[in-house]
Amino acid sequence: MSELKKIKNLKEFSTSADRFEGANLLCPGCAHSIIVREVLNATNDDLVLSASTGCLEVCTAVYPYTSWDASWIHIGFENGSTAVAGAEAMYKALKNKGRLKQPDRNPKFVSFAGDGASYDIGFQWISGCMERGHNIMHVVLDNEVYANTGGQRSSSTPIGSSATTSPAGRVSYGEKQNKKDMVSIMASHGIPYSAQVAPNKWKDMVKKIQHGMEVDGPVFINAVSPCTTEWKFDPKDTMLLTDLSTDSLVFPLYEIIDGHELNITYRPKNVVPVEEYLAAQGRFKHLFKDEYKYLIKEWQERVDANWAYLNRREEARV
Amino acid sequence: MAFDKMELKDIEVWDGNFAAAQAMRQCQIDVVSAYPITPSTPIVEGYAKFLADNYVEGEFVMVESEHAAMSGCIGASAAGGRVATATSSQGFALMVETLYQASGMRLPIILNVVNRALAAPLNVNGDHSDMYLGRDSGWIQFDAYCPQDAYDLNFIAFKVAEDHDIRLPAMVHQDGFMTSHTAQGVHTLDDDTAYNFVGDFKPMNDMLDFEHPVTHGVQTEEDWHFEHKARQHNDLMTKVLPKIQTVFDDFEKLTGRKYNIVEKYDMDDADVAVVCMGTSVETAREVALEMREKGIKAGVVGLRVVRPFPFFEIQEALKEVKAIAALDRSSPNGAPGMLFNEIAGTLFNTDTKALLSGYVYGLGGRDLTKKHLVDLYTELQANVDAGKVTTPLQQFIGVRGPKLQFL
Repeated sequence: MSELKKIKNLKEFSTSADRFEGANLLCPGCAHSIIVREVLNATNDDLVLSASTGCLEVCTAVYPYTSWDASWIHIGFENGSTAVAGAEAMYKALKNKGRLKQPDRNPKFVSFAGDGASYDIGFQWISGCMERGHNIMHVVLDNEVYANTGGQRSSSTPIGSSATTSPAGRVSYGEKQNKKDMVSIMASHGIPYSAQVAPNKWKDMVKKIQHGMEVDGPVFINAVSPCTTEWKFDPKDTMLLTDLSTDSLVFPLYEIIDGHELNITYRPKNVVPVEEYLAAQGRFKHLFKDEYKYLIKEWQERVDANWAYLNRREEARV
Repeated sequence: MAFDKMELKDIEVWDGNFAAAQAMRQCQIDVVSAYPITPSTPIVEGYAKFLADNYVEGEFVMVESEHAAMSGCIGASAAGGRVATATSSQGFALMVETLYQASGMRLPIILNVVNRALAAPLNVNGDHSDMYLGRDSGWIQFDAYCPQDAYDLNFIAFKVAEDHDIRLPAMVHQDGFMTSHTAQGVHTLDDDTAYNFVGDFKPMNDMLDFEHPVTHGVQTEEDWHFEHKARQHNDLMTKVLPKIQTVFDDFEKLTGRKYNIVEKYDMDDADVAVVCMGTSVETAREVALEMREKGIKAGVVGLRVVRPFPFFEIQEALKEVKAIAALDRSSPNGAPGMLFNEIAGTLFNTDTKALLSGYVYGLGGRDLTKKHLVDLYTELQANVDAGKVTTPLQQFIGVRGPKLQFL
């Protein structure tokens, strides 16, 4: 059996010995490191990790240093999922052949990638891994933009966001396409577990990660990761932004079991208007001009519709 | 469940693909991560059937693209075990990004490349465009001329690549259809002998050693990138060919079959020589003998190892000849052919007065006929007689329309 951590409170959680060092080059206020620590903290088992090219990768393994006290691999932008899938295949092979150096271990195989590396360039690789049933977990650090390369739009970038390749301007409100629904797409592979998580709701997140590590088969996790640099907010406000994202229901927290059983795992007591979430970020600043205020209204309608949809699915158990 | 061994006849009738698949089976690979593409598909199919029939014990991962195939191989190899796959042409081109990553990470993956043309226009037949595309990727490249070579060179490739002094991936090339789909007699090794030659895989920096976590695939910029690349190049330039020679010697002791880094045929007293690769070597050998009956002292030099390029071995092989033809089976697209350039590089600064000319041939599976080679040797002899190259330096052989020649 695997060994999951039993964590009572946030203080214990934040001081828990982990395998991701604070010595890294991520921006102050970056949510990536918080999410990674929360994922790694969910288990005492050995880990085989990957990172796709992106902020996490370039900030944690700059030769001759590494921030990872666990086996870790980076190949390229698109193939981090397949990297751990290959390692997992080798684990199975060596286990069958009796050649594991520590045969009593129960390693977990986890790939981390940004939304660009997951929703866009790595989409096919992740889909392949999910379809083939590798015993791996893919975690998206979803900051809705190519942050590492300076803020270009990805297919996770939401409508109205000003990205460097879809900038707001005199005649444009920025990004025109809606965000891709990756959790549903991945759940549609029929995988045993997919979920959306947020670092502020750490108990919810740990529960989901631990569940994901316990199931047999591929797991997809989408983690909201507010980006101080590209969302344009003060680095001290990362958790505030995360709260706004979950409590406005822009990032609803839910899970889908076996591709069809949807459970909402967090229902905010006081739902925050989407306008507050948008207003807290520089990337949406232009939406508050008179000519674009209709977009804020549309944002709210879209979020409401999605929340109603999730509730209907939960109620109908589909 | 333990796997079964397979009884082989001393000589089996195999095509190059099946020979490679059999060698992969006998090497007891831990993970094969693969994607099918013509003409290498039967290697993967053959391996899958071995698995279905319990002749293989490892994991077989059929992924969704060649890029993913090599990505899976990299993850598996870094985890710490024996890894191989196969591809051709467009699949090879799709893999190129990961080829550099595999070699830069020093992972001893074996890739069977069944050589095929690159689109456009789309073409499934054999030429060396994919082989040439891989030549700067930091892999060791072996070249098979026939199914026997494709079988033998797989064992040799594993033994060289996995050596802890080398730790570089290796390709075993064979010509699409001409070798891959042409059945010939192949002298076999029994399963135990074959496996024992290659030996057990010895992991190094393996991710599955949880007592010693490792970081693979780091970031380096101007401060360290050059040193890493230089070290890899240094090992390719100084360690690989001596290691290959040792393994060739070991293989000869075991099987009696002798491979050389550069294969020389009728070169002892040759005036004129053709340098080529793949199945063309055998055609050229036959024509060279016929030319000798006509009084032209013809010889053939075949590359057995394409990378690292056997600079001094080529220099040595060609030092006495008077005229050389470099045959490139890949469109140089705006330059002299690769072999022409490499050979020119080996001979420059030497005392040779040899006349060098280049020929582009066989693109997209176009036959190189004996007649082509007779004409070619005749041209080389004319160059010798005239004391200068009498033709343009680059000619196209066997292409329709007005004669194409440049330089």
